[in-house]
Amino acid sequence: MALDTTALNSAGIGAGTAVQAAVEGRANIFEMTQAAEEAVLRPKDAGPWSHELRAALAARIAKLNEEAELAARYAADAGNYAALVDPTENGTAQDLAEVVGFMDKVAADTRRVAGADISGLQSAGVADADIVRLAELNAFLAYQIRVIAGLRLMKGMSA
Amino acid sequence: MTKVIRKFTRNVPHWQPRVKPVDLQEASDEQLDALKVTPSNTKVSEYVLTLAHDVESLKVRSPLFNAIMYDKGGMSRSERELGALGASMVNHCIYCAAVHAMRHAQIEKSTEVTDKLFRDGAKADLGTRDRAIFDFAVALSDCPSQAGPEHMQALKEAGLNEAEVLDLILSASLFGWANRLMHVLGDPVRLEDAGK
Repeated sequence: MALDTTALNSAGIGAGTAVQAAVEGRANIFEMTQAAEEAVLRPKDAGPWSHELRAALAARIAKLNEEAELAARYAADAGNYAALVDPTENGTAQDLAEVVGFMDKVAADTRRVAGADISGLQSAGVADADIVRLAELNAFLAYQIRVIAGLRLMKGMSA
Repeated sequence: MTKVIRKFTRNVPHWQPRVKPVDLQEASDEQLDALKVTPSNTKVSEYVLTLAHDVESLKVRSPLFNAIMYDKGGMSRSERELGALGASMVNHCIYCAAVHAMRHAQIEKSTEVTDKLFRDGAKADLGTRDRAIFDFAVALSDCPSQAGPEHMQALKEAGLNEAEVLDLILSASLFGWANRLMHVLGDPVRLEDAGK
């Protein structure tokens, strides 16, 4: 069975390696991981967060995690929000400063996220459902990025 | 009155959402389907009702979570819990840390490892294999990941095979996900009238 997923492609896991054999044993997990990517990057009901904005935020989070390859994949779909891929852009120009600040903190300084970060979004007019959507996008990327980082280490070890 | 819990504990707190969960009375058919609500099953946690705001994610999340933590083969259940705990301690997710420390203790029938981790933090005195597993989970959970070849070498020397290492990567990474929902969207609290 050929698994074609963002995580495996980004980590460069090729056929016939020991890592590939382990991955095949968890093929269901890699398929579900790809389904989860669809659900957060390209959902049918995107709410106020367009697919382009989601791609830009995903690329930005990949950059914060120094995952250049994954960042480039997502940045390709960022369209009008491409400027936000750069972590030094604070979102003011897009009228998304609260959203961008929240996403950066959840991605990179998770332990310090507090109630005020949620109430800040609410004060900026973000609906509760749309706060959950942002958290899900961020949370999935934290997972996918670490799976890629881990697979790359496995590959280095067995090479 | 409620009190927000800020210290690690195995005594699982109540999770109090910071946003308004979906009201079952107003839920869409797609939400009800994802929540598996039927006339005979209307008990859904506030956490799952909160996640139901993003129903497409909720539908894929639960089977993926269960597969990573419970599918047969590979790394043992309790070692997957240790991976989850390492991530949860880095992200200071009190709720996830409590649930997975409690499960680790139940599976191992011992609180020794989680007692040490909660008392002494990441420097706790652990056995070689637990040490390698916990250190890798902690390093991978940083942003950006601090896991390196030295962590892989330690896992190999501790006797983990490729399938076990992959399961560790998956369980620690999964809690990068879970922590960013639990710790971000709600508070771990002790309800004062809830007994213990």
